[in-house]
Amino acid sequence: MTVKLAAEKLTLSYDTSTIINEIDLEIPEGKISVLIGSNGCGKSTILKALARIMPPERGSVYLDGKEIHKQPSKEIAKKMAILPQSPQAPEGLTVEELCYFGRHPHKKLLSKHTKEDHDMVDWALQATGMVEWRNRTLDALSGGQRQRAWISMSLAQGTDLLLLDEPTTFLDIAHQIEVLELLKQLNREHGRTIVMILHDLNQASQYADYLISILDGKVYSAGAPVEVFTPELFRDVFGLECYIMKSPVDQKPMCLPTGLCGRALVKTGQI
Amino acid sequence: MKKSLHIKHPYMMIIFLFLVMIACVIISMGYGALYIAPGDVLKNLFGISGEYQFIIQKYRLARVILAVLAGAGLGVSGAILQGVIRNPLASPDVIGITKGASLAAMVVILIFPAVPLIVLPLSAFAGAGLVAVLLIIFVRKKNARPSTIALVGIALGSVCHAGMQYMMVKFPGDVNAALIWVTGSLWGRNWDEIKLLAPWLMIFLPILFFLASKLDLMSLGDELVDGLGERSARLRFILIFAAVGLAGSCVAVVGSIGFIGLIAPHIARRLVGTKSKHLLPASGLAGSIILLASDTLGRGLMPPVEIPAGILTAILGAPYFLYLLKQEARKK
Repeated sequence: MTVKLAAEKLTLSYDTSTIINEIDLEIPEGKISVLIGSNGCGKSTILKALARIMPPERGSVYLDGKEIHKQPSKEIAKKMAILPQSPQAPEGLTVEELCYFGRHPHKKLLSKHTKEDHDMVDWALQATGMVEWRNRTLDALSGGQRQRAWISMSLAQGTDLLLLDEPTTFLDIAHQIEVLELLKQLNREHGRTIVMILHDLNQASQYADYLISILDGKVYSAGAPVEVFTPELFRDVFGLECYIMKSPVDQKPMCLPTGLCGRALVKTGQI
Repeated sequence: MKKSLHIKHPYMMIIFLFLVMIACVIISMGYGALYIAPGDVLKNLFGISGEYQFIIQKYRLARVILAVLAGAGLGVSGAILQGVIRNPLASPDVIGITKGASLAAMVVILIFPAVPLIVLPLSAFAGAGLVAVLLIIFVRKKNARPSTIALVGIALGSVCHAGMQYMMVKFPGDVNAALIWVTGSLWGRNWDEIKLLAPWLMIFLPILFFLASKLDLMSLGDELVDGLGERSARLRFILIFAAVGLAGSCVAVVGSIGFIGLIAPHIARRLVGTKSKHLLPASGLAGSIILLASDTLGRGLMPPVEIPAGILTAILGAPYFLYLLKQEARKK
């Protein structure tokens, strides 16, 4: 596999507490990679560091083989887009205006939007199916449409790499699938490399080509869903006893939690 | 959400605000110890008649120009701060800048009453600058979160306020003059103050209009700002620095006139929407209009007594602000 984005001996801390300790990570090019792990395990922190918006304490992140924190931020922004968890939109902003923010890294100071900018925005709106809502304000949209609008902004950025922190939070199930299908389509049809955090494990298995499980600031396991989905993973990482089976639809592994075990029982005071 | 007509035509609205401001300028020049009709004001300005030449050229023209400049400076500064701090209640008053200026001015008025007049605005500017520097020092350590900036500003403002009260108790000498300065007034201001203020505006206003598109970007939140290739902490620092410089230089010459920096951006936002390239000029014009109107009313309400403009901005501004808050609450 070709590696698009990699972390080497990455250590990340907030103030004095170390969240991530010397992890190595490789994100395959042209695939959908999904980070999973329990709350507070450091998934979001890793994603922020991969997106260079959090500086590492030690170690490095490499984009296309070059150290990310040593390159101009604007150059990175032309190669990688990051969508934080539930971003806040300014009041009265329309979908199209939001999309144009994605063109910021390509803009020179005080210059007007170019034809390329307009074309990219049109394409991004089309790819996300937001053309008919382009003049709507974000607050007038449903949750799923709003998330699609944010994704269209990231697409307008014109990057090969798309990082998303829980793109399905606060969405109902149909809107979750709407967003995930869109991301899959972007990956399959437009060749975008996607890295995201998902909470729903079965969705992670269904949509990921490459799964990375995180436990206490370390990579627990990584690989294709069928390799990663083991009873041990669920016991160690989530504290769950799980029955693992194959999806009758696409043969991807699925988990059916049957009860708590280990760390989860300690937390609930049952051990 | 219903979009009102004027937001679709922000440039028309800005032109409208500009015309209102010109009207205020002409009316304002008519008021004072001697009333001059707007027509006569125009005749004098264009040199058709020389009847009131002396009053207009020597006193009133300078005063209205100063009101336009200071009002605009405070309005733009407030718009920037509200954008950067992402809080509609942010303004030069709230983050302690005007309080710092007031304390410094009070020290000069009460302890060194004999110094030349020019020292007063300079020390006020230094006071505002000192608070700004402290603000930035404290905020830098905390990773510059927007809410932190507001809270640190409030704390610094409180310290300055306590200092002012101590000064008034300890040195009761010319408390009256000090109080008028602290309230903010255009009384007795002339071309000297304009010469003092104009260069600063010429430095800071272009910087801010230059950064307007980045101010829009700031509204997306730090992570997206960074993700789109800017550096949020540095950008915020530059914007706050320019906004503080602007407010500090205005307060230095007209005193700590409150509420303009808070209200002008709110009015502007209702008229032209939230985009900075429209919001900044509209906030400046709204600020000018408020200060001109307050100063004119202050002179015209009960002549020959002058009510300081700062009192009128508060009397006019506070109820309007309450009204705005109520509207906001209804929207949610």
